[in-house]
Amino acid sequence: MHELSITQNILNIVNEHAQRAGAQRITIINLVVGELTGFIDDSIQFYFDMLSPGTLSEGAKLAIRRVPARIRCRACSEEFELRDFNWVCPQCSAIGGDVIQGREFLVESIEVE
Amino acid sequence: MKVSVIKDILSANDEIALQNRQLLDKHGICVMNVMASPGGGKTSLILRTIDALRDRVRIAVVEGDIASTVDADRVAKKSVPVVQINTGGQCHLDAPMLRLALAKLPLADLDLVMIENVGNLICPVDFKLGENLNVMIASAPEGDDKPYKYPGIFIAVDAVVINKIDLLPYLRFDMPAFRKLILGMNPDVHIFEVSCETGQGTEDWAEWVAQQIQTKLK
Repeated sequence: MHELSITQNILNIVNEHAQRAGAQRITIINLVVGELTGFIDDSIQFYFDMLSPGTLSEGAKLAIRRVPARIRCRACSEEFELRDFNWVCPQCSAIGGDVIQGREFLVESIEVE
Repeated sequence: MKVSVIKDILSANDEIALQNRQLLDKHGICVMNVMASPGGGKTSLILRTIDALRDRVRIAVVEGDIASTVDADRVAKKSVPVVQINTGGQCHLDAPMLRLALAKLPLADLDLVMIENVGNLICPVDFKLGENLNVMIASAPEGDDKPYKYPGIFIAVDAVVINKIDLLPYLRFDMPAFRKLILGMNPDVHIFEVSCETGQGTEDWAEWVAQQIQTKLK
């Protein structure tokens, strides 16, 4: 339920960068969202459609790239993708390890005109 | 034209969290963010921790709830400073809210601030407040499958407190499997088995908290 404030943050960031670049409007917003964060694409889109009119982001396409979670096994250092939240290392069958990817939540870039 | 941005969407919150942390560090205060589902036992664990440590640690509590002062009233009976934050529907506390709460606390006279976050296993994880310690309560009746369903919180915390163990005889809860799974996801995590109802295990928990205050701040 916090996608409203999140989406406002996204708009603040991209509108500021677009303004700084002297753009007339933003056409694409490229977001990176890790699988281990709690953010829902559809919900961000919903609030984006509500909040973006009248800003440089109006009509922009939200391109959300989901990043899978990757784990580094502490037993054998194998790096593996977390699938179906199965934390067993495919190499040595130890359970889990350190999360090295999957917590990202950032604006990567924007396309502007 | 492509414009590179690479900016964390939560950076506005993170910056205020950092300011909170700096303020708390200046006063030598350890801050613990307590997260759990509704009814997991956040308030009960905080009350037990106050009882165990109040003779040697100066404690204050920040209570986050969508509405009401029910929890803050329970804590206030222990005669420790307590600030209630009503989030007005928001599912988590954030750094600006904590900043407002800290302004109401006697920071010069505190060693430990316990923050009771809104009952929710998802949203509070993503919002830093300025805490030193993140703790979650996983109460046994919620089931031993929760790490699969809410991995984000299990990998983000310094300690998992398994509460309501007095009910284990009535539950299907595989404790060894649960512990193994949590340790797999988060190899550095500390696990405590407690019952806030009977007090079982709460002394060990409180001792760990006391140690954390020492190691983090001294």
